Amino acid sequence: MAAHRCGLSLVFILIFSSLACPSSCDALEKANENTGEKQSVSDTPREVNTDGSIAAEDLNERQWQSTDVEVDRSDGTKDSESFTAAAARDQFQEELVIRPLHSGDIYASFQFRTLWDIDFLQERQKVSHYRLFPKSLGQVLSKFSVRELHISFTQGFWRTMQWGQPFIPSPPGAELWVWFHDTVSDVDGNWKELTNVLSGIFCASLNFIDLTNTVQPSASFKPLGLGNATDHRFLRYATLPREIVCTENLTPWKKLLPCGSKAGLSVLLKSEKLFHSSFHSQAVHIRPVCQDEQCTSKAWELRQTLNVVFDLYTSSQGKKEWSLFKMFSRTLTEACPLATSSKIYVDITDNPEGELFELNPVTPLLSQAVVLGDRRTYSVFDLTRAETFGQLCSLNLLLRWKGDSGDMLRPLLHAERYVAGFGLQTGEIHTVIYNNHPYRAFPVLLMDSVPWYLQLYIHTLTVTSKSRDNKPSYIHYQPAKDRHRPHLLEMLIQLPPHSMTEVTVQFERALLKWTEYTPDPNHGFYVGSSVVSALVPSMVAMNTNFTQDQPLFSSFVPVKEESSYFVRVYTEPLLVNLPTPDFSMPYNVICLTCTVVAVGYGSFYNLLTRTFQVDEPSLPLEKRLANLIRRIRGVPLLA
Amino acid sequence: TDYNDLYCLFTLVQFTKAGQFFSSGHTNNWAVLVCTSRFWFNYRHVANTLSVYRSVKRLGIPDSHIVLMLADDMACNYRNPKPATVFSHKNMELNVYGDDVEVDYRGYEVTVENFLRVLTGRLPPSTPRSKRLLSDDRSNILIYLTGHGGNGFLKFQDSEEISNMELADAFEQMWQKRRYNELLFIIDTCQGASMYERFYSPNLMALASSQVGEDSLSHQPDLAIGVHLMDKYTFYLLEFLEEVHPASQANMNDLFKVCPQSQCVSTPGHRTDLFQRDPGSVLITDFFGSVRKVEITKDTINLTSPVEPPIQRSGSGDIQIESLTYVDQLPVAEIIHQKPKQKDWHPPDGFILGLWTLILLVFFQTYGIKHLKHIF
Repeated sequence: MAAHRCGLSLVFILIFSSLACPSSCDALEKANENTGEKQSVSDTPREVNTDGSIAAEDLNERQWQSTDVEVDRSDGTKDSESFTAAAARDQFQEELVIRPLHSGDIYASFQFRTLWDIDFLQERQKVSHYRLFPKSLGQVLSKFSVRELHISFTQGFWRTMQWGQPFIPSPPGAELWVWFHDTVSDVDGNWKELTNVLSGIFCASLNFIDLTNTVQPSASFKPLGLGNATDHRFLRYATLPREIVCTENLTPWKKLLPCGSKAGLSVLLKSEKLFHSSFHSQAVHIRPVCQDEQCTSKAWELRQTLNVVFDLYTSSQGKKEWSLFKMFSRTLTEACPLATSSKIYVDITDNPEGELFELNPVTPLLSQAVVLGDRRTYSVFDLTRAETFGQLCSLNLLLRWKGDSGDMLRPLLHAERYVAGFGLQTGEIHTVIYNNHPYRAFPVLLMDSVPWYLQLYIHTLTVTSKSRDNKPSYIHYQPAKDRHRPHLLEMLIQLPPHSMTEVTVQFERALLKWTEYTPDPNHGFYVGSSVVSALVPSMVAMNTNFTQDQPLFSSFVPVKEESSYFVRVYTEPLLVNLPTPDFSMPYNVICLTCTVVAVGYGSFYNLLTRTFQVDEPSLPLEKRLANLIRRIRGVPLLA
Repeated sequence: TDYNDLYCLFTLVQFTKAGQFFSSGHTNNWAVLVCTSRFWFNYRHVANTLSVYRSVKRLGIPDSHIVLMLADDMACNYRNPKPATVFSHKNMELNVYGDDVEVDYRGYEVTVENFLRVLTGRLPPSTPRSKRLLSDDRSNILIYLTGHGGNGFLKFQDSEEISNMELADAFEQMWQKRRYNELLFIIDTCQGASMYERFYSPNLMALASSQVGEDSLSHQPDLAIGVHLMDKYTFYLLEFLEEVHPASQANMNDLFKVCPQSQCVSTPGHRTDLFQRDPGSVLITDFFGSVRKVEITKDTINLTSPVEPPIQRSGSGDIQIESLTYVDQLPVAEIIHQKPKQKDWHPPDGFILGLWTLILLVFFQTYGIKHLKHIF
């Protein structure tokens, strides 16, 4: 009887739980709607609630168009109107691109873009209502009249020969380059204050950027945003190759995102996994872009990008099987409610029939994009649709390898740099640039910024391709000034097809003042990466039209012509030992000198001035008494 | 009468409680946590500082009120087998680095000069807010220093030292500029008690991990990481602080008992003669936590009128009709034919040659032509 009752209750529990499970998904979606409602500042929540009986998908679709659609329909008070004007002007998109690499590693690239239809300089009134755009950066832009800002923090070096080209390249350490508006009168002063403010925002020691490591490139860094005037007096570029990137830089970077690290793709950003990788780079790019297709007005674009390459052996224990949980120790449960689009792209170009690897869950959405001169096919997971998350309300992409991938196509442009020579007096910097295209030649612009303590001898500069001299068509050289300015060398070199070009220059190492050495001078001194910028011929026609629907990773660099694409390659930074004095030397010298002086001088003085006197032995008692009487008498004394 | 006595006793107890509530006199809390050692084998000093950081954050002091200075990076050091972590217990139990740490001064920025500038407030005008100690005369400040030290000095990054006299003078400057209400100074180095010997400003309480002539010892090495993870004093201090929560009534006398000689091998010391209140009445959370005192008011406050909406850009559409374009990233033709930059002015060619000819001619004119044949 009791067992029968138990059995019945068990059945009831099972039925109940099976009813509860699907409805929990609905509850989650309803929660999403609720948060979505809260974001749109309107007084029509009642309207949406009555529609709740409609299929959840429809509601979600309507929701994921920009929330201002509902806001416009409201005929609220004056307050909501003022919020309408500001709220409708910014939008947020997020995307993640996963690209399996031939070496077995996997490359994940996050891009978060906030587009804000406002002009910081034209609006005479101060901008005071920030919604998705972070206020700290907005204030920085308006205070320092910044036209474009690009800052990146990188740990590790991008291996072009093994991994191909990254979507957004960056050199090891910290790199900052800024275009100021032409209304600025004191660019250097603004630059100095800007670096200090950014060092506070990103918890990095960017305040070490000063005039000794800032250069003004004359042709290398053109603005990536809208604009006509390109007077290079308003450009400043600096790198800190020694800068360490760790969780304290990731934390403020995550706080700039509209959803923080609470929802959407940014929940995957766990520092313990991200920093246990071969390459980690986080960057912030701010520039003015076209607001629409006609391009009559400007909008501000803030892109936060995070590129990470997970190593096959450290993160996956040698097994060629990757999943979101393995890479990031988390799965995805929802898109960011503030995002108009939230997508994951998985590169399946090398896997057309599914013979190389297997992708779970399967998605019907496919997309093709021309990026980096190649047409690639992607499986698209749209996180704004509920069915992407499936039954378990969580998305965990799984890539399982079945076969071995062949050799990778060699990248068309590749560069290396190293220091040659011996001793602590002189040396030679060799920069090697490879053009792997079989029949096309193209020009590259090489920019080198060398600190003043490596004194370059420019008369020893040689550029050779295929063992013949290759004269650059443009050279800009600014010599260094001790303790004021670094060397800047920019050259436009034509690379012959299928060749290796070598640029060598000799240098001499300077002896620094003893207070200028770092606390660990025997580690060496860093020289920042060289930048090689080139327009590489493309195998596939590039897309020159600007459309809003392009995925973020293919629309970063503006494309002007179809036959080539712009690429930037960074070389390795150099670690050079300068002649280092022995810092314990003063102490040792003082001890030794004082000892020598005390011992040597003391003996010497005695030798010169000491006189010897014969000491009289003491007289016996009766002679002393006799002497006493004689002294009284005034008669000469006994001996 | 019984009831009267009871009532009096009750009100007396309430008054002492209320008195204690208002006795501390501070309205905000700050913390300055400094690790002064560089190099991988000084991992334990960074772990010390991060443990105190963790406790202080847990008890309520926000990041904007903490100035954290770490002289080297251990978490993302290439020798760390588990990147982005700094462990404090053996067997990797507690990651004190956490997920939302904000380090204000790092690497080469941790110098004696920067430390003293932070304390005294004399920073260059472009220093960001997160790097400043913006305390006022009602702030309670906790200062924690760790590293390698000796009798009367503390080493910064193995290249410079701060002496106990400099520190005492810095605190006097802070007192004269009214930059603190009360200050708790904790130091975990060898011979740490020598650092607080010279203090002479009021409202200072100091704790050190060892007396003059004694060494502070490290707690235990970890075989996986390969270095010692923490110092003994801070290890037991962390154990003590893990028991403290924002509402706890633990006071300074309990803090003085942390790590007796049986556990620490060195003798921890403390100094309270400059402190005006009785240490038994000072709560731990007065310095380690940020306990806000809330005043309830029944008056209504009128908020200011809302922000003016930005002007609609209806007029500007007429002005800009031409479309804007992106700039060419590598305009080869333009670069090759770039006008040369303004060079420094040089005299025209041949000017120097002509000048010397003139000088020679004048010379030979004055001194006679007969000298010419000596040259030719």
